[in-house]
Amino acid sequence: MLPLNATILQITEESHSVRTFFFDLHFETMEPGQFVMVWGRGVNEVPMGLSRINSITVLKVGETTSKLFELKEGDSFGLRGPFGRGFSLPSENEKILIIAGGVGAAPLSPYAEAAYAVGSEVHTILGARSADELIFEKRFLGAGKVYISTDDGSKGIKGFVTDVLKGLDLSAYDKIAICGKELMMVSVFRLIKDRKVLEKAEFSLHRYFKCGIGICGSCCIDRSGFRVCKEGPVFSGMQLLDSEFGRYERDASGRRVQI
Amino acid sequence: MYVLTGLKMKNPTILAAGILGTTGASLCRVALEGGANAVVTKSIGCMPKKGHPNPSIIQLDCGFLNAMGLPNPSYQGFLQELKIAKKDSGVPVIASIFGGNVVEFMEVAEGLLPGKPDAFELNVSCPHSEGYGAAVGSNPCLVEAITAAVKDVVNVPVWVKLTPNVSDITSIGTAAESGGADAVVAINTLKGMAIDIESGYPILGNRSGGLSGKAVKPVAVKCIYDLYATLKIPVIGVGGVSCWQDAVEMMMAGAAAVQVGSAVYERIDIFSEINTGIKAFLQRKSYSDVKKLIGLSHEMV
Repeated sequence: MLPLNATILQITEESHSVRTFFFDLHFETMEPGQFVMVWGRGVNEVPMGLSRINSITVLKVGETTSKLFELKEGDSFGLRGPFGRGFSLPSENEKILIIAGGVGAAPLSPYAEAAYAVGSEVHTILGARSADELIFEKRFLGAGKVYISTDDGSKGIKGFVTDVLKGLDLSAYDKIAICGKELMMVSVFRLIKDRKVLEKAEFSLHRYFKCGIGICGSCCIDRSGFRVCKEGPVFSGMQLLDSEFGRYERDASGRRVQI
Repeated sequence: MYVLTGLKMKNPTILAAGILGTTGASLCRVALEGGANAVVTKSIGCMPKKGHPNPSIIQLDCGFLNAMGLPNPSYQGFLQELKIAKKDSGVPVIASIFGGNVVEFMEVAEGLLPGKPDAFELNVSCPHSEGYGAAVGSNPCLVEAITAAVKDVVNVPVWVKLTPNVSDITSIGTAAESGGADAVVAINTLKGMAIDIESGYPILGNRSGGLSGKAVKPVAVKCIYDLYATLKIPVIGVGGVSCWQDAVEMMMAGAAAVQVGSAVYERIDIFSEINTGIKAFLQRKSYSDVKKLIGLSHEMV
């Protein structure tokens, strides 16, 4: 597909460095966890998880996202997608645990809502550096129970999502969905593995993408060779055993870079 | 068993350069899960290169447009990946290399030798990287010199991948043959471009790039047909192959083997599918050997 033209209808400030851009396209077939390639024309194109069928939620980190932050309502950008594999939806009567760190809450918020809609019991651990960086707390609250952790203790418990996780009975959950920085995810991975419930868990990976559609191979992970853009970005915990996850990734040239 | 420039393969289907070829693990996956009978790596150069800004590949109705910009981790960075592919893929691994001149080609080829590639494929045909690829590959003297220089420093077969963006591809193929090439590979992508009419921006980060996929297959068939008629060395066909019928057509035009690239997008196991299809076709047509297909259409005059 060629990039679609997405006209910005509304911009919401989620925190000082995170904004949600609502656009005039509706990806009705979106699986929560799928991504779109967002093209800041004349700059670059980067992958981003959809935060709703008609929005992306963007952390200002680099050139392309800075360009997006210059856009106003009525402006437009290019979009290709949705691509990849999202989180597995629970069925009615299943109990799920969502673990979201920082802007990792973006692709997990539609997952929480979809799970709630089918009648699952939804618990969320929402973590951020501080209270003002917590994203989508209301959306997760609307879906069920929310535990909060902040690094500085300005809201919820002082510490990391893993500090909340340690206190939970993980055997009570049918599915566990995780998205956030890789260092956070890998500590969650280790804890969940120790508790022997890794097969219930799904992690959303972030890697450098070029094509975004499974051709170029720049996002392939070791040792499976899975394409993060095609077989991922959401992988089961079992697929990540004995992988590069938490250890290294590759830059645009393909060189290994430590996480 | 099928032998191509001394390389032993079960079937004549090969992963094309630049597709899932950045890591050793992905090359192994294409061989083991996909059924590719040999794999060509991403094109490797002297220095790490990030490539062009995105979008770097877009899908069109008729194929794909790409301008990757030769991203690669340099031969030093790629050695560990090449070693993994060699150790675990179970098939011949062909190192695709590029350079801006004779000296760079020699440096990369020698630099990758410790990884023991089964052959080299010289990329003198990438259409969208200034100073590389087609910039050298449209000059017959340079192609001959580069081929001869790489042949001098390596002791494995050397394939030369040709650009169709020239007035006469056979003159470039002849130059490669004169330089001592063991085979030519035809074709690389055709120059192309797409524009976003909502904004007027060219879509590719590099503004223009190369066209692959279904649209280029007839161009590839014609190039292969002409090269087969002109050269003594084998011609390896590539360009828009997405099913066994395409592979058979290319072989009838003269291809000794067929590379598959962008078609892995939909299914990695496209190679197994093509191999099975060719086998059934041979049986149905009572051909004793897949080699009977090579250049068959040249006899039909």
